[in-house]
Amino acid sequence: MSGTVITITSGKGGVGKTTTTANLSAALAAQGKKVVAIDADIGLRNLDVVMGLENRIVYDLVNVVEGACRIRQAMIRDKRLPELYLIPAAQSRDKTAVSPEDMIVLADALRDEFDFILIDSPAGIEQGFKNAVAPADRVLVVTTPEVSAVRDADRIIGLVEAERKGPADLIVNRLRMDMVKRGDMLCTEDVVDVLAIDLIGVVPDDENIIISTNQGRPAVISNGSNAGKAFKDIALRLTGNNVPFRNFDQNGSFINRISKFLNVW
Amino acid sequence: MNTIDRIIHRNHKVSSKDVAKDRLKVVLVHDRINLSPGRLEELKEDLLDVISAYLEIDYDRIDVSLTDTNRQSSLTAQFPIIGVAYQQI
Repeated sequence: MSGTVITITSGKGGVGKTTTTANLSAALAAQGKKVVAIDADIGLRNLDVVMGLENRIVYDLVNVVEGACRIRQAMIRDKRLPELYLIPAAQSRDKTAVSPEDMIVLADALRDEFDFILIDSPAGIEQGFKNAVAPADRVLVVTTPEVSAVRDADRIIGLVEAERKGPADLIVNRLRMDMVKRGDMLCTEDVVDVLAIDLIGVVPDDENIIISTNQGRPAVISNGSNAGKAFKDIALRLTGNNVPFRNFDQNGSFINRISKFLNVW
Repeated sequence: MNTIDRIIHRNHKVSSKDVAKDRLKVVLVHDRINLSPGRLEELKEDLLDVISAYLEIDYDRIDVSLTDTNRQSSLTAQFPIIGVAYQQI
């Protein structure tokens, strides 16, 4: 078995990279895959809190890279799912504590054991980003349908190409169909048209995401939220299933599945 | 801008998301090649200087623009040439 390393990045902060990493990791694990999520946002760690595993951190990514512990010791097992693990970031160091080569060595050490290795990239375009994409087999770029986020996503898409990790796939997050219908929000097609990369998922804006972060319980674990369903769909596409994009009604809930494909996996 | 003209004629109102999309397209074209709108103006003037040294150009109909299709950027320049018959000898 040789695992797939997927880096989730965005450029802009706050658009949903960590939420996406947490939910895709859980959804893939729920499919029966063996998954490890790595928080590469050293100094500003959040994947642990979003996954609800913050109380179990003993060792972190920097400890592993510096040889202060074995990889196994830094892995926190999420007991809610069969095979889901987290390697948290360090909180009291910064991005320079780890190099891109360190990340490649770590990912290579994990590939034999895991189906998927998901890396939560920090915001920005500096060392943290470079660390996160260095071992990637594929890159997912997360954006919201807003001017600043799309602009930053475009820059990141260019940098991913420059790092020879492209082309990236796009996730449009926090879509509000009510605003789209009023003409006050870019629709998915607008964003895809402007960024000109393949779309892998659309996630509606959903209060349940805040509730799930409050509880440390990724939305895909609790059944029923629209965002959770969207993340599950993305996880299915990542494992090669052709899942049609869902249709949204005014309230952002799914009324039916449409068979229109924007892309085929 | 085409999109905004269409929206105005159809609805007598510009939707903010169409404004956003048009602005994004312009911004991204400049971002992708690292050429600010100001520098583009300087480029136009430099081009004009060079071409004017060889040909008589109709200044009012010059068109220099940046476009981007599927992440491939292009600079397109049109310099209409004034025919010999109209040149002063």
